[in-house]
Amino acid sequence: MKLTTLLTSAAMVLGLASGAMAQDKTKVGFIYVGPIGDGGYTYQHDQGRLAVEKHFGDKVETVYQESVPEGADAERAITQMALNGADLIFTTSFGFMDPTVAVAKKFPNVKFEHATGFKRADNLATYSARFYEGRTVMGTIAGRMTKTNKIGYIGAYPIPEVIRGINATYLAAKKVNPDVEFNIIWAYTWFDPAKEADAAKALLEQGADVILQHTDSTAPSAAAEKAGNVITFGQASDMAEYKPRPRVSSIIDNWAPYYIERVQKVMDGTWESGDYWGGIGSGMVEIGEITGLPEDVTKEAEAIRDQIASGALHPFAGPINKQDGTPWLAEGETASDADLLSMNFYVEGIKGEVPQ
Amino acid sequence: MDLSAINPVLLIASLMVAATPLLLAGIGELVVEKSGVLNLGVEGMMITGAISGFAIAVETGSPWLGFLAAAAGGALLSLLFVLLTQVALANQVASGLALTLFGLGLSALMGQGYVGIKPPQIGRLDIPVLSDMPVIGPILFGHDPILYLGIAIVAGVWALLKYTRAGLILRAVGESHDAAHALGYKVVRIRTLSILFGGACAGLGGAYISLVRVPQWTEGMTAGVGWIALALVVFASWKPWRVMLGAYLFGGITVLQLNLQAAGVAIPVEYLAMSPYLITILVLVILSKDKSSAPASLGRIFHASR
Repeated sequence: MKLTTLLTSAAMVLGLASGAMAQDKTKVGFIYVGPIGDGGYTYQHDQGRLAVEKHFGDKVETVYQESVPEGADAERAITQMALNGADLIFTTSFGFMDPTVAVAKKFPNVKFEHATGFKRADNLATYSARFYEGRTVMGTIAGRMTKTNKIGYIGAYPIPEVIRGINATYLAAKKVNPDVEFNIIWAYTWFDPAKEADAAKALLEQGADVILQHTDSTAPSAAAEKAGNVITFGQASDMAEYKPRPRVSSIIDNWAPYYIERVQKVMDGTWESGDYWGGIGSGMVEIGEITGLPEDVTKEAEAIRDQIASGALHPFAGPINKQDGTPWLAEGETASDADLLSMNFYVEGIKGEVPQ
Repeated sequence: MDLSAINPVLLIASLMVAATPLLLAGIGELVVEKSGVLNLGVEGMMITGAISGFAIAVETGSPWLGFLAAAAGGALLSLLFVLLTQVALANQVASGLALTLFGLGLSALMGQGYVGIKPPQIGRLDIPVLSDMPVIGPILFGHDPILYLGIAIVAGVWALLKYTRAGLILRAVGESHDAAHALGYKVVRIRTLSILFGGACAGLGGAYISLVRVPQWTEGMTAGVGWIALALVVFASWKPWRVMLGAYLFGGITVLQLNLQAAGVAIPVEYLAMSPYLITILVLVILSKDKSSAPASLGRIFHASR
């Protein structure tokens, strides 16, 4: 598989190189971890790219490379993009962090933006969305709707971003239903529909009747629909094709406004490195239409969404203990961003261990 | 940890489903390699079959026509490989890789209008009495017909290679194309048919993912199964039943490890995640201690004048 992706990338780079190099245009590059047709995470980033094109018209040229593997090959892909004259490059997956840092060092005049990471430089900014705020809404629905009290969760990799989502979901579900149990499967891939579907099936066969996913394809929803009487949630994208059931709501990543703003800053020469973390309040995280649920659950979920947006409710508000029982947040305390960004433990009540 | 949460009957039933795409692609490639051709384009033919089958099933409303179209799509793409390697005598490794790249791109293009659509469901086998039996019913008699077709193809290929004259000729072409040619066998024609068969099987395997196992269309959804099938053929020392064993082992351990994770077994997840690869290779390597080696002409270009 490595070899083909390598060759695909090589072929694409050749294509990029032969493209016209207009000097007056701002060239914006995007590095994607999956295919733009995944219907989820990468699709949503690409919608952001298209919004940039639409907003700026002739003044901007965008290029992208999809299905770039996380790891050494990513560095080559980013380097190629920089060599081809990109002014601003967005690398859109956690695993591109170190490659992006390395390339940013070599090209001080190119601006880089890395999604969901924490390493920055003068020409390397980071941005992310507070997906966990959406998870609190999903967790509430999950806790209310489960009849077996077993909730299945498919995680991609045990990184803070995913662990944060699991904890936020669990806390919210536990609040409305003290009996909930979480079964967690690590898929060790962001995108592999067959494996994601298998994982969903394994969870269903063990009695889960709510499936949450932190992987990129719509396969778990497809598997759940086949099983019947199970609810799922759209991840990263609305996944509206599975409305009204099994998909009952979704966390939508809306990157477009951020991308437009950052491209504008590069054009104006006012771009600066920094860290941006948007949530429901700023519109970077949207909650998709809630469908197929009883009236009271819908209302409750919407109320929680609005409270988070206004800041009245924080997904991680004390008292919260870590899994081993040691106190993490005291009554009245809320988690700091630094804590959230480095989260590598489960909260009290979740069974199993975080793979290290 | 709660092992009782794992239902062994459902587990075996789902591992058979998980193994079938691999089995179909693997057995097709086995025939191709037995005839002395190395086609690295399995992944490309699978994904092309996946979208061809999906599109036709959606358009006609019949999953059967879908699977037929998938086989045709896979075979059609492999025809390109025939042109390159049997007519133009191009390098097989390079042509196979090109086929995979082409197939991935082509399928993405063909699938543009099919993202998010639900395919018609294929019925499960439902034999009165037999399908309702506890344990045996869901394992042996409760699947979709394509799964049985996969097993039937393995049996057919095994019987063909072992007991028939046609199988003997196929193997002769794969072992020494010059000798087979001297005896008057049409090397290129036999290889072409093998490659088409391999393409059709890979196409079926791909469609099994998009129509049964997931079921939906997503770009790049075969996600490397074709490469695993290629490796499987080698580790199974080109023996049909071992391909099946390997596919079931791999599919089985994949499903089992997901179930173990969900049940919260205290084995580090990293070990579970790599276990399908490790165990499948280990078992097949131990099995292949006997001196079965690759077809002698594997990957060599044949030209009648030389």
